[in-house]
Amino acid sequence: MSKISKAIYEIEHISQMAEKDQWMNRIHPLVKLFLTVFYIFMVVSFRKYDILGVLSMVVYPLIIFMLGDISVKEALYRLRIVLPLVCIVGILNPLFDREIVLYVGTVGLSGGVLSMLSLMLKGVLTVFASYLLIATTSIEKICYALRLLHVPKLLVTQILLIYRYITVLLAQTKKITQAYALRAPEQKGIRHDAWGSLVGQLLLKSMDRAEEVYESMCLRGYQGEFGPDESCAFQVKDAVFLFLWSVVFVLFRIFPVFQIVGAWFI
Amino acid sequence: MHMADALVAPAVAATMYACSTVAGGYSVKKVRLENDPKKIPVMGVMGAFVFATQMINFTIPGTGSSGHLCGGVLLAALLGPYGGFLTMIGVLLIQCLLFADGGLLALGCNIWNMAFYGCFIGALLIWKPLMKKGATKGKIVAASVAGCMITLQLGAFSVTLETLISGITELPFAAFVATMQPIHLAIGLVEGLITAAVLCFVHEARPELLWGVGSSRQEKEGKFSYKTTIAILVVSAAVIGGGISLFASANPDGLEWSMEQVAGTAELTASGGVYETAESIQSTTAVLPDYAFENSESAFGTSFSGIVGGAIVLGGCIGACYLLKLFRKQTENKE
Repeated sequence: MSKISKAIYEIEHISQMAEKDQWMNRIHPLVKLFLTVFYIFMVVSFRKYDILGVLSMVVYPLIIFMLGDISVKEALYRLRIVLPLVCIVGILNPLFDREIVLYVGTVGLSGGVLSMLSLMLKGVLTVFASYLLIATTSIEKICYALRLLHVPKLLVTQILLIYRYITVLLAQTKKITQAYALRAPEQKGIRHDAWGSLVGQLLLKSMDRAEEVYESMCLRGYQGEFGPDESCAFQVKDAVFLFLWSVVFVLFRIFPVFQIVGAWFI
Repeated sequence: MHMADALVAPAVAATMYACSTVAGGYSVKKVRLENDPKKIPVMGVMGAFVFATQMINFTIPGTGSSGHLCGGVLLAALLGPYGGFLTMIGVLLIQCLLFADGGLLALGCNIWNMAFYGCFIGALLIWKPLMKKGATKGKIVAASVAGCMITLQLGAFSVTLETLISGITELPFAAFVATMQPIHLAIGLVEGLITAAVLCFVHEARPELLWGVGSSRQEKEGKFSYKTTIAILVVSAAVIGGGISLFASANPDGLEWSMEQVAGTAELTASGGVYETAESIQSTTAVLPDYAFENSESAFGTSFSGIVGGAIVLGGCIGACYLLKLFRKQTENKE
């Protein structure tokens, strides 16, 4: 499958998941957005050597993945972009920070190793949290939550329009690149002499499409701005969900929960 | 160059969100003042266009590798700095949500590093001055290449600063900069050439689509003059650069960093009835103060209790989830 086909599939798949009628999908989008950002905030705020603290935050994705019947495999696939970057930044830490700060049995772990591991773990958990948000909340609902947060309508309209036209333009790009590939077999990419004309044609077509979009929007009563029209009522279950998870995040951030629970059983 | 959430400390993320929000708010105001409803769908479709074309691989002559289009400079050249900036915010948010390319918390950093430099510096300081007396092929190539290279250098430098201030990497500042800047210089050159090729095509086919071409007279009385922009940027760079450099060498991290700024110490002490009660509760519940057995220096206690505790907590969570699922299944079967 080509890169563009994969992207189209991924977008459609995520959109289908977000449209499912499941309990997690029915939680108010603002609650999910707030919790996701709060969770990420808490995860990245752990000290660089506090690997057990970061590890304890795995509780949130673990429970939501299980109860929400969300595929962990797909979430792991999304790590392909983030993890290499995080690894590049953290991989040299063991070379620069060699002081032993923790013993596991008799094996000493240097600060650099711990900070590298905690950085990677933070990378994984934050990606999981974002994935859980988008897998259970459609872009329209996220935009609705952004409007509740008073994000300007103009910006929200942009996000909605970009999202709406991504698959259309991806399909068009796929057609053009496929046609080029058929005329230039065994060539890796687009040759330099076709850079301008190939993308330029697509750009002009897109501009014309934008004109058509504008005209059809005007015919449907567009007057400069439009926003998500989905409205969700804030219910008691949303408040309970928000409160409980917020308390869990704060408790897990302040107290070394894993060590406390472990000590009860030793 | 998309930064992940793990690479930024909360304080840095919040600062960059604040900076990007100011730039976003200003752009919204400017686009509203333009009062061109036709521009809104164009911005939306152009955002999707940038997203789609970034999937195309362009072969770099003489090498086995390929490059991509530079979205910020291209959008700024077509929509202007404000429209381009807002469109880039949309593209970055969707890339972050749909493809995990960049994090939600790091979105403020990414907007600043890629959209702000690409659109504001690229359009106002490079594209516009070069195009104000009309566009030629040479000028478009020069503006595109210079725009992409300079804005990518600024973006890469910001990534370095943001990561170092966050205390994420132990890499010395000089080594980090030496790693980031040259590679982005090469990327900027390639992206600039691809962007130039597209913009030259647009100039030949539909020159009216290019922003800021031959607009020296109309824009002269514009509120955001070239000199003012440079003055603002120089002052901002001096203040931000000077301020940040004071903190960069300390490499503190996360919440401690914020606390040190506010209270002068990473560990706050307080006295009084409420604090003493809270402290006594904490000392009772903290079975393993400082991650070790009480009154013990054993490091073994630290790791072992953590592993046991982790296994119990996670086991408990998994067990509870299975029970809940079982209960839900039984309820559904009964219905």
